[in-house]
Amino acid sequence: MVKVKPPVVELTLPVLPDMELAATKTAEVVSKHMGLNDDQAAEINMALIEACINAFEHSESDKQIEIHFKIKDDLLEIQVTDKGIGFDKSKVAIPKIEEKLGSDYKRGWGLQLIKELMDTVKFESTEEGTTVTMTKKK
Amino acid sequence: MSDFNLEVRKEGEIVVIKTSGYLNNVGGEKISEVCYKEIEDKSKFFLLDLENTKVVNSIGVSILIEIIEKLQDVDGKLGYYNLAPIVEKTFNIMGLTKYSSVFYSENEALEGIL
Repeated sequence: MVKVKPPVVELTLPVLPDMELAATKTAEVVSKHMGLNDDQAAEINMALIEACINAFEHSESDKQIEIHFKIKDDLLEIQVTDKGIGFDKSKVAIPKIEEKLGSDYKRGWGLQLIKELMDTVKFESTEEGTTVTMTKKK
Repeated sequence: MSDFNLEVRKEGEIVVIKTSGYLNNVGGEKISEVCYKEIEDKSKFFLLDLENTKVVNSIGVSILIEIIEKLQDVDGKLGYYNLAPIVEKTFNIMGLTKYSSVFYSENEALEGIL
């Protein structure tokens, strides 16, 4: 039996302010196509915003990031890829507001938000870039 | 660039800030600018009406943590109302709701923040 590849929506974004919102517009169309509810669509948008912001921050200003939306039978898989220098996820501390209050660094919440809002998250990082793969079940 | 706008009014000793647009770093800085000026002028109680802010990012919300920190120094309080479910969920994940208050109507907010 021939295995049919899932439909894929591809998006390439330049590293420009607020361009993550262009990704959420595409995600909204894909979520609607898949019949996801409003809460699921909003969680995907928020996770996608954070993944895009991380990718932008790891990228040179003249580079682009790539997003693939894979529409599977039972879930949506989103891959966000940058061509930055990569990062070591084990060195990213779990943020706690108790520690942020009184600290000069209030940021660093993106990965935690993505983990909380999506069903699965996987990071693959090398010196040539990082891919975040996240899924949301229908 | 996305537009982010503020309307500021006073209800007695409470500063009410109604936002509209994407709460990113630019939006967060606009809110903090207003709050810090009002704190200098001895205001201690702040409410954000987020009815027209349906999308946020963690950088913008991190700036709200800075405002909470400043308000702790003056025994002040920050609260929010008219939150979209995803915004409330984001505030919960980031822990803001431990140090500031979510209300479900303007009346509840105006009574509860004092």
